Amino acid sequence: MQIFRRAAMALAFSTMLGVAADATAQQRIKFELWQGLTGDLGERVNDVCKRFNESQAEFEIACISQGSYDEAVQNSIAAFRAKKHPTIVQVFDAGTADLMLSGAFYPAKQLMADFGHQVDWSRYFPGISNYYATSKGELYSFPFNSSTAIFYWNKDAFAKVGRTAGPKTWEEVEGISRELKKAGYACPFAFEHDTWQMMEQFSAIHGQPIATRGNGYEGLDAELVFNKTRFVDYVKFLKKGLDEGIFAIKEKVSGATISEAFSSGDCQMTMMSVAGHGTVSKTAKAGMNWDVAMLPLFDGTKRTNSLVGGASLWALSGKSKDEYRGAAAFFAFIAKPESEEFFSTVTGYIPVTIPGFNFMKAKGFYEKAPYKGREVALESLTASEVTPNSRGIRLGGFIQIRKETRDALQAIFSDKMTVEAGLNQAVERGNAILRRFERTYAGKQLP
Amino acid sequence: MENRPHFKTLWLGVLLVLPQLLLVLTFFYWPTGAALFWAFTLEQPWGGGSQFVGLDNFSNIFTDRFYWESVLRSLVFGVGASALAMGIALVLALFCDRQLRGYAYYRTALVWPFAVAAPAAAVAFRYIFAPEAGVFAALNQLYPNLWNPATNGDHAMIMIIIAYSWKYVAYNFIFFLAGLQAIPRSLVEAGAMDGAGVLRRMRDIQLPLLTPTFFFLLVINLTDSFVDSFGIVDITTEGGPSKATTLMVYKIYFDGFKGLDYSGAAAQSIVLMVLVMTLTVVQFRYIERRIHYK
Repeated sequence: MQIFRRAAMALAFSTMLGVAADATAQQRIKFELWQGLTGDLGERVNDVCKRFNESQAEFEIACISQGSYDEAVQNSIAAFRAKKHPTIVQVFDAGTADLMLSGAFYPAKQLMADFGHQVDWSRYFPGISNYYATSKGELYSFPFNSSTAIFYWNKDAFAKVGRTAGPKTWEEVEGISRELKKAGYACPFAFEHDTWQMMEQFSAIHGQPIATRGNGYEGLDAELVFNKTRFVDYVKFLKKGLDEGIFAIKEKVSGATISEAFSSGDCQMTMMSVAGHGTVSKTAKAGMNWDVAMLPLFDGTKRTNSLVGGASLWALSGKSKDEYRGAAAFFAFIAKPESEEFFSTVTGYIPVTIPGFNFMKAKGFYEKAPYKGREVALESLTASEVTPNSRGIRLGGFIQIRKETRDALQAIFSDKMTVEAGLNQAVERGNAILRRFERTYAGKQLP
Repeated sequence: MENRPHFKTLWLGVLLVLPQLLLVLTFFYWPTGAALFWAFTLEQPWGGGSQFVGLDNFSNIFTDRFYWESVLRSLVFGVGASALAMGIALVLALFCDRQLRGYAYYRTALVWPFAVAAPAAAVAFRYIFAPEAGVFAALNQLYPNLWNPATNGDHAMIMIIIAYSWKYVAYNFIFFLAGLQAIPRSLVEAGAMDGAGVLRRMRDIQLPLLTPTFFFLLVINLTDSFVDSFGIVDITTEGGPSKATTLMVYKIYFDGFKGLDYSGAAAQSIVLMVLVMTLTVVQFRYIERRIHYK
């Protein structure tokens, strides 16, 4: 914690020094963007800001990392209450509901219209924009870094059991895992307790709801239902695989994350964000052949689009006209295909607009080695028309709900609870959190 | 009646304590006041408004089975960590006090861990105790599933107690050693001349004379275990598996900072504050008084 904060401060300080140095030439309008990424990804966001500053002479944006997604939100809230907040803040998916109800922002559509930017909102992939949009489809913030979960598989191991293609169904995953186990692989398929991959993505691609009222989009009185959907079968399926020894859980506390376990060649299949594609490319054991595929489905299910993960950029209220003009210019800048290409290339994130994707595809981006395979993420995000169950999740206190679900899954997978009892408990406690959230925002409506 | 020296004029005294008072007001009473206000309201995180809900936040947490479990776990953790940290520190201090060969080096080395930030220590311990990659992996090779804090809650609790105590051994060591060195040498030497062995001298002379230090440290260790354990838990287990290491302070952090439930977290921190205050008052008023040797 302390270390991160210090690093963030050092980063902020160096950014400020940089700003001071080239601002001496002319008086530019300055404004800040607080972001929640650190390390390499944080640096890449700073690069985006640098590119914006170099592209014009009127504005100067300072991007300041706050340490993590949580901290970017926490710090912005504290700053907002003290009226010392940034013009733009990067808010992660689960923070959307709170901000939407707060009224503490300048809606994206209005901002762009007020400062004379023509935006064709249909440029955004519906699977991405809907996650951040209101129930009527209006965007209040700009989708920024976006990803989705995909399936990673080891080609070398598959070749050993005579297979050349990635699995399409969970039944196949089970069969292949048995074959791999027989062929001497200790860990055929690894997963983690993360609910984003396990519950949210599974429910979306299988067209299953997580909560009533269109996963919460239609109102604050939504109730969780994932203890009554096919998700229950899925948890049972995973539990069975664990008991049989063909599946394994890999997490930081047990020694290796799923990403590390896959890269080292210890585990032959896993599922995680496409944002990890670059990391696997860089850290994979020398000579290891691997590929990615869309997340598997249960046999006989029609694929619905998967959910986006990541964050969007919000303009907060209470700033000057000049700063908003700068913010609008910045938003227009990052929506350019060239900007999207830059950001997607240096990170693992996917382009958020259709023209951006087409631009990169036309240039052959997805055919070259380290980037090949990332188009699978877009294929998954656009697998169907966006449905009420795959639009997104608009639930209050969602971080706590995720935690309750994760706790229940841990209890289930370590034999402390049955699948039904565990999921019932998670839903019951999650619903209590939803009711508390509803009371906190009594009298308010989700837009 | 004691005859204490004191200032004749009141304003000078007030003036002299004013800087300290201001600090305490800004960094303790003001935030505590805000937390108290939040604890009786439902507060919207972005400051959109709040409504008074009386004791609802408190009745919410008091009727939550998982909250009481976190209280119980905090007590287990507090007692376990204090016993371990003080026990080891006492043994080390007794040895060091005997001035065996090279004791000066040990003395310095044993103080170091306290200077290590909790997250750094936690990262090291996470590796040491990792069931598949760390030192304990070798043990698991011999006896599969003997040790796994990722799935076994008891193992996870043992892990955070050890990781936390490691730092406090150093802290306690300093105080115990100072306490031992404050015991007049003549007493110990007289015991030796009367034919008492090393262990006998420790048991009958040094340990009884060390009790004031012992109880002082007990208070500090217990209260610190309630409030200072956050860093270790966050880095090693994040409260898991399945809440098995979710201590009171970690729950406050998670609900407040991650979950943005400011009111629920405020109510919990008021409860924690009252608990720590009660503990301190009880120990200083009723226990410490009886253990001074005149």
